[in-house]
Amino acid sequence: MVAKERNRLLSGRDLSFAYGGREVLAGIDLDLTSGEMLGVIGPNGSGKSTLLGLLCGLLPPDQGQVELMGRPLAAYRRAQVARRLGLVPQSPQLAPGFTVSETVLAGRFALMGGRMFENSDDRAAALGAMDLTDIAHLAARPSGELSGGERQRLALARALAAEPEVLLLDEPTSALDLQHQLKVMGVLEQACHSQGMAVCLVSHDLNLAGLFCRRLLLLSQGQPLALGTPQEVLTPDLLQQAYGVEVAIDVEPSRGRPRVTLMAPPPEAG
Amino acid sequence: MKATRTSLGLVCLGLAALLLLSLLLGLWLGTVSVSPGQFWDWLWGRLSGAPAIILSDLRLPRLLLAALVGASLSVSGVVFQGILRNPLAEPFILGVSGGAACGAVLALLAGVASLWVQSTLAFGGALGTVFLVLTIARRRGSMETSTLVLTGVMINAFFTAMIMFVISTTTDQKLHAILFWLYGDLAAANLQQVYLLLPVTLIGGGVIFFFARHLNLLNAGDQSAAALGVAVERVKLLLFVGVSLLVGVTVSLSGLIGFVGLMVPHLVRMTLGHDHRLLLPASALFGATFLMLCDTAARTVISPSSLPVGVVTAALGAPFFVLLMAKRGSRWW
Repeated sequence: MVAKERNRLLSGRDLSFAYGGREVLAGIDLDLTSGEMLGVIGPNGSGKSTLLGLLCGLLPPDQGQVELMGRPLAAYRRAQVARRLGLVPQSPQLAPGFTVSETVLAGRFALMGGRMFENSDDRAAALGAMDLTDIAHLAARPSGELSGGERQRLALARALAAEPEVLLLDEPTSALDLQHQLKVMGVLEQACHSQGMAVCLVSHDLNLAGLFCRRLLLLSQGQPLALGTPQEVLTPDLLQQAYGVEVAIDVEPSRGRPRVTLMAPPPEAG
Repeated sequence: MKATRTSLGLVCLGLAALLLLSLLLGLWLGTVSVSPGQFWDWLWGRLSGAPAIILSDLRLPRLLLAALVGASLSVSGVVFQGILRNPLAEPFILGVSGGAACGAVLALLAGVASLWVQSTLAFGGALGTVFLVLTIARRRGSMETSTLVLTGVMINAFFTAMIMFVISTTTDQKLHAILFWLYGDLAAANLQQVYLLLPVTLIGGGVIFFFARHLNLLNAGDQSAAALGVAVERVKLLLFVGVSLLVGVTVSLSGLIGFVGLMVPHLVRMTLGHDHRLLLPASALFGATFLMLCDTAARTVISPSSLPVGVVTAALGAPFFVLLMAKRGSRWW
């Protein structure tokens, strides 16, 4: 129990948030421990991206509190947060004129303190992040010339370059081909295992989330519907409740995790 | 070009050499010709009489003021383009210079001759306009080019009306001077003005350079800058106050010199890239050189008469602006 307390990197207590009077998130309790990959799933508009906004401090919760390493997020300065916690948003903002390597190096901002120029540590971290995300060959290209998938990997590399202890990602694989989906999820899993990084991942891909995450949080209309292992959360009943669709669940062959198959109505006769 | 201590040093050294050459050229060229021998003597303080007065009291202050004004306007352009994420943002086009001019004219109207009072009011006018532009920008999240340009046109139209109103009430003998000042004129330059602008440019530019890495991140967007560790609102406020100070004091001394903050940053970006650690100091040095050359042209093309330097920068800058507008969309910046 004590060990678990010590390993708790990020936690949210009773979080709620409203946009212009309309409540989009309520009653969220969440703990993220070192070395864990947590998946957040749910239909469109269920509050997944808002939850990430609250967890990284870019949105102030209307109620409840987020704690980073036992201290309220609001008590940190922005740079102190960025040294520990990284964010890869759904549509990452990049400066189109900056090259890929300049963009990744800029991810080191919070670690540089008052230094004006990057040192060899910064460059090594940036190179490592570019290798992991398979964008090293694009180093000299302006980010404005990249494809959607390359932009997504660049945003991930920029976040990884800061070597954060907690990483929040909003659909990091939505624009990626199969090979890069597997590669990126593998990189995150590896970072959790070897560096004890805590990852919180929003995804629409239930199978990918179920395959890599130890726990899943299912949101529906801003409320937590279920939190547990993929086996506990990816059930026909819960998914029917959340998404209003019929699914079949079986066991996928590689890791024995639940596999979700969408049940389409029979084709129209004729 | 990669921003390192070495590349910054080399770039600054090269541009400083160019600056020095332009200064010498500007001193040498003019309505009254100075022989190389006289010029050499003047450099070592051995020249006296009319040529010495022309060099020391007329050309030198005018060139130094042009350099400081050019540096200030260029740095301001870089900051506006970086934060508003719009390649056409520039103090003149945004109407910030117009706001500063309005402040300075108010001081004239009140009959205050003090440079300090004029500069302070111009600073107030610039700052007020910046926040007006920002309010309009914030309502829409980010600023579309059309919004930005139209806002600037409207703000400029309003301030021009205010200034014309003030001019209508002044006596005829002041008219020529005010009209020239509106177009951006350095003919009345003196060392007192240089001493006022020098610390403003150095301190303002220095503070802005300290935030070069912040600007790199802000250039991507507020959200990602905040996520990577920039205290976005505080840094933007500080940068806008700094830029308003540069523009305000510059305009109160030299009038409305347009397009420098547009052309110089773009030319530097094309050669050195987008990293503000290089872009800011290089734009300052190149902007200083650029305006000294423009003013030298303004003094010499219709010699013995002289043009307001703003006429030269507008003649170069307006086509440049149109070219950028046309190119936008096909390229990222």
